[in-house]
Amino acid sequence: MSALWLAVGFWLAAWALNVLLAGSFLARTRAGRALVPLLFGVAVLVLWEGLVRGLNVAPVILPAPSVIAAKIGAELPVLWQDFAQTILKGAIPGFVIGAGAAFVTAIAIDRSPFLQRGLLPIGNFVAALPIVGLAPILVMWFGFDWQSKAAVVVVMVFFPILVNIVAGLQSSERMQRDLMATWGASYWQTLWKLRLPAAMPFIFNGLKIASTLALIGAIVAEFFGSPVYGMGFRISTEVGRLGLDMVWATIAVAALAGSVFYGLITLIERWVTFWHPSQRH
Amino acid sequence: MSRALPVLTVLAGIVVLWYAAAVWMNATWVYDQAERAGTSVAFRDMVAETMTQERPLLPPPHQVGAELWKGLFGQAVTSKRSLVYHAFVTFKGTMMGFGLGIAFGVLLAMAIVRFRAVDMSVMPWAVISQTIPIVALAPMIIVVSSQLGLTGRDVPKAIIAAYLSFFPVLVSMVKGLRSPDQMQLDLLKTYGAGEWATFLKLRLPASMPYFFASLKVAVAASLVGTIVGELPTGAIEGLGARMLIGSQFGEPLIMWAALFAAAILAGLLILVVGFVERLARRRMGVPG
Repeated sequence: MSALWLAVGFWLAAWALNVLLAGSFLARTRAGRALVPLLFGVAVLVLWEGLVRGLNVAPVILPAPSVIAAKIGAELPVLWQDFAQTILKGAIPGFVIGAGAAFVTAIAIDRSPFLQRGLLPIGNFVAALPIVGLAPILVMWFGFDWQSKAAVVVVMVFFPILVNIVAGLQSSERMQRDLMATWGASYWQTLWKLRLPAAMPFIFNGLKIASTLALIGAIVAEFFGSPVYGMGFRISTEVGRLGLDMVWATIAVAALAGSVFYGLITLIERWVTFWHPSQRH
Repeated sequence: MSRALPVLTVLAGIVVLWYAAAVWMNATWVYDQAERAGTSVAFRDMVAETMTQERPLLPPPHQVGAELWKGLFGQAVTSKRSLVYHAFVTFKGTMMGFGLGIAFGVLLAMAIVRFRAVDMSVMPWAVISQTIPIVALAPMIIVVSSQLGLTGRDVPKAIIAAYLSFFPVLVSMVKGLRSPDQMQLDLLKTYGAGEWATFLKLRLPASMPYFFASLKVAVAASLVGTIVGELPTGAIEGLGARMLIGSQFGEPLIMWAALFAAAILAGLLILVVGFVERLARRRMGVPG
């Protein structure tokens, strides 16, 4: 029981410190803004550990963080193999192909307002559909290996990105386009120098939404058939064997991969759209 | 009319492409059959064959339509083979998750707007939580909740759906509750309004447009979550389970019909939420 009380005590102390920090001058500094959520995260982990140990929670219901960390350390090669199969071979190629196809499609229909007006409502609707349901069909078409996972990802990311690029290409103002016309800029020059840069905030918004969808697609597709490795395969088999520590280890890898992927896109966005009001500090 | 025409044109284009793809993808099987039988088929016969296969690689639209019609209206709605029945199971899960997600999102947004410490501690983690592929958690949530003695799949499905749908509500509500400007807040202070009164009479009404805008995203996310919750580990009810069954028994028509039923359900949900939004806006005196 003492482990539980220790953890609760730590939680309360961390929370009190956070309240203090949030009220102090530190809240305005970068360090303070990073420290508070970090402290909160650590406090949650400690509380989790304390709860599991103090209440003797069975490991088949919830393993302690320390057990999960030990499992990650022990199973690194397996986790890496799964990661390579699902993320490097499934999610990322699918994401790149889907984004590229959306980009080409958006440029292709850019000159036809008629097609755009037809495609935007449909694209918006399809973007809201549970496209994940296509996973079993695509696995049937492309086989069990990474090709089918990449295909699922392509289909899932295509429409959200397409809709955002088309909306972004319309976002430059009339005045700005007129100015380009007075300079005698051609269609491609206007596209390259004005409309694409103006569309970048929208495009990155679409890429961010798609980054989480890509991981979901790659993992779900593995539930319908995969080689004997891959994160989705690992999760569904280990759940069947009640090896929850391995499941949590894989989830930790997935969470880390998802956050890093999202973070990378945010970094590139900051670099590309430094001029946008939301990026000025 | 000027709005419908482009949409219809694109839709017609998609149908044409679909038929072409169906011919192209199903042709292999027809030629294989002919070769095995030692005969050859003319192009015309081949096209006709690809339209009526029992287990086509890609069923043409009319086959999917027929299967969908059979599933929706061909049997009693209580039958296990009725898509209405399965859609209702999925709908129930979606609504539970949607409600849970809204409640959690709104409460968390209230805490975040009220307490600075909560804002700084929780908000970054809320963002990170959405970069985690929830489907990784889905099989585990199902197994763990069954070990905790929760039979049935309603609760795990609702948890997954809520996890996906709380985030848009949270982000919009935080924005909405913070949308009153300093002037308005000062005015309420001169009236001697307390914190609770300010919340009820200024912050909450001001947040409503943001709230309703987020609901459409949230309900779509909730449906995706429910279907994903139905996919793994042997569910037998719901549209997700139908897709799984179609996949395991090699019945593409079942898969496609379930997929389109899910699309119809998504469209209906978005329509209803949009209707409620318009009602609420009119009720609150927003023009348009």
